[in-house]
Amino acid sequence: MSKIADFNAYPDAHGRFGDYGGSYVAETLMAPLAELAEAYERLRHDPEFIAELDRDLKYYVGRPSPIYHAERLSQHVGGARILLKREDLNHTGAHKINNTVGQGLVAKRMGKPRIIAETGAGQHGVASATVAARLGLKCVVYMGETDIERQKINVFRMKLLGAEVIPVTSGSRTLKDALNEAMRDWVTNVADTFYIIGTVAGPHPYPMMVRDFNAIVGREAREQMLEQYGRLPDALTACVGGGSNAIGLFHAFLNDADVRIVGAEAAGESIASGHHAASLVAGRPGVLHGNRTYVLCDDNGQITETHSVSAGLDYPGVGPEHAFLKDAGRAEYVGVTDDEAMEAFHLLARTEGILAALESAHAVAQAIKLAREYPKDALILCNLSGRGDKDVQTIAEREGVTI
Amino acid sequence: MSRIDRRFAALKAAKRTGLIPFVTAGDPSPEQAVALMHALVDAGADLIELGVPFSDPMADGPVIQHASERSIAKGIGLAHVLHWVSEFRTRDTDTPVVLMGYLNPIEIHGYASFAKEAVEAGVDGVLVVDCPLEEAAVLKPLIDAGLQQIRLAAPTTAPERLAQLCEAATGFLYYVSFAGITGAGHLSTDDIAVRVADIRARAKAPVAVGFGIRDPASAKAIAGFADAVVIGSALVEKLDGATDAATIAERVNAFLAPIRAALDQR
Repeated sequence: MSKIADFNAYPDAHGRFGDYGGSYVAETLMAPLAELAEAYERLRHDPEFIAELDRDLKYYVGRPSPIYHAERLSQHVGGARILLKREDLNHTGAHKINNTVGQGLVAKRMGKPRIIAETGAGQHGVASATVAARLGLKCVVYMGETDIERQKINVFRMKLLGAEVIPVTSGSRTLKDALNEAMRDWVTNVADTFYIIGTVAGPHPYPMMVRDFNAIVGREAREQMLEQYGRLPDALTACVGGGSNAIGLFHAFLNDADVRIVGAEAAGESIASGHHAASLVAGRPGVLHGNRTYVLCDDNGQITETHSVSAGLDYPGVGPEHAFLKDAGRAEYVGVTDDEAMEAFHLLARTEGILAALESAHAVAQAIKLAREYPKDALILCNLSGRGDKDVQTIAEREGVTI
Repeated sequence: MSRIDRRFAALKAAKRTGLIPFVTAGDPSPEQAVALMHALVDAGADLIELGVPFSDPMADGPVIQHASERSIAKGIGLAHVLHWVSEFRTRDTDTPVVLMGYLNPIEIHGYASFAKEAVEAGVDGVLVVDCPLEEAAVLKPLIDAGLQQIRLAAPTTAPERLAQLCEAATGFLYYVSFAGITGAGHLSTDDIAVRVADIRARAKAPVAVGFGIRDPASAKAIAGFADAVVIGSALVEKLDGATDAATIAERVNAFLAPIRAALDQR
C-alpha cells in the first residue's frame, strides 16, 4: 500500500505530482500559464466565485447526480452490487460539463472574450460550446478529422450551439493533434483567449484545475454512499483516457485507504496487438503536452498512434496525477478491450435501460469484472461518465447495421 | 571557450551579424542530410540549428510539423541525427551545431547517454523547446557533459523571468520575435528592436532573433539590432521535394546567399 500520507497535498506549487506533471511548454506560454495559475488560485478561495459555481452546478448542470443501484445488472453478473454514479444525467450528457462550467467562469472573471477547446469524442467540445453560449463568449473547437468523421452528431451539436469547429489534419488527426493545434492557437491569441483544456493533462495548473472542477463527482458520491449505504464502497472504477472523470470520482476517496481504486484504460484490440490507448498499462514515463506522465511512444520518443473504439479514450498520454497514483500504488490501472466494452454496453442497455457512452462502457466492463471478485454484499461504485447517444452511429457501423 | 562562444566572438570582432539556418534533420532527404549541412555553411551559415523530428511539435507551425512528419515517416530518430553530426564533423570542425527539438526524444533516449553521444558526435548545444527554466534540472547531465543549453525568451516573458533568463543564458539567447508558432505572422521590427536592445544590455550571451524571418528584407531589418538571425520555416519550405545533393545545394544557395549579402550590408 502507498506511503503517501495525504493525497490532497498534491500537486506542489510547480504543479508536480511526485515525478509527474510540471510545465513543459515553450517560453511563450509561461506567462499566460502563470496568469492563469494566479487567477485560479485567487478564485478557488473566492466565496462569490464558489457560490456562482455551486449555483450553476445545481441549476444548470442538474447536480447532484444520483448513485443508482444497477440491480438487474448486478443479478445478471451474480457478484457484488454494482452502483452507478450517473454523470450521464448531467446537462449535455457527461461529466465534462463540470469542468467547462468552472473554467468558463474563470474565463469570464479573467475578462477573456474568446474560448478555445480541443475535443476527441466531442463531449468536451459540446460542453465548452454550451458554456460559451451561456456566457456569451466566442468559441472555437479543434477536432481531429478522424474524430469529426466518427462523431458527426457532436460536431453538429457544437455548431448548433454557435461554436466554430476547426478540423485538424496533422499527425494522426485525433485528440492529441487537436490539443497541439489548440495550444498553437493559444500561443498566438493569448491576449484575448482562454484555453479550456478538457482533461487532467496539459501544463500546470490544468491538471489541478480540471481535477478540482471534476472532484465534485467524488465528493458527492462519498456523501451519497454514507447516506444511502452507511459506508464507503469497497471499490471504485472509472474509465481513463486523459483521466478527468476518473480523477473526479477518485479524488475524494484517495485518503480512504480501504477503498480500492481501479482505472480502466482502453486496451483496444488487445494490449498485445499494440492497437490500444493504455498509457499507464503499457506506456512509459515521458513528456507530452506540457507535463511528465506515462506516454505511448516508440524508442525514438515519437508518440505513437492509439486505437480505441471510443474516441474519448483515444489518447497516448494520461493525466500526471494518475501516473503518480499508479507509482504510489494507490490506484491500479487495467486494460479493457473494445469487445469487452461493447459487451458491457449491450448488457447495461438490456438489463438497466441505460445507453452508456463507449468510454463509460469500459468502466462498466471493469465494474462487472470487479463484481465477480467480490461477495454479494460488497459495493462497487462505477462512474457512468456519459451517455451513449453520440455513439449510436459508431455502434451501428461496427455491428454492420444501416440506420 | 566553446565552439559557439568562439563563433560569436569572431562575428563580433568582424562586426558581422550571424546567420543561423534551421533545417529539420532528414528532410528533404535523409541520404543528403550531411550534404545539406555543408551546403548551409557554403551559403554563409555561421551556426546550424538541426531540428530533431518530433511527432507532436506544439510550438511549430505547419511547415516544420510537416517536415518532421516526413522525416519520422522515413524512420528518422535521434540516433540518425547524432550520426549525421559526427559525419559532418569529419569535414567541418568550426561550425557550431545546435540540436533543436522537444524533450521526449531525449528523455526516452536517456539523458546521460544522450549527453555522452551528443558530445562525442560534436554537438555544441541543445535548444529544447518544451523545457523552460522551471524544468531545466532534467538537462543537468547534458550541461555537465559540456553541451550548452540555448534558452528562449519571448515577448510575453515577464521582466523578473527575463532577468533570470539573461543570467542563465549560455551560447546565445534565442529571442522569439512574436507570440505565435514558427513560420507565422508579420514582424513589427520597432517593437522587437526595443526588446532586443534591452536583452542585449543585460544578457551575458549574444542574442539571436527568430520566428517570422523569411527573406533578405526581414533579415536585414533584424540585423540592425541582433547578434544573429534564425531562419527556419521559409528555408524548410524551399527545400521541400529536393532529393539530390546538387538541387539541395542550389536551393540553399539561392535562398541563403541573398540573405547573407543583406546581413553583411548592414
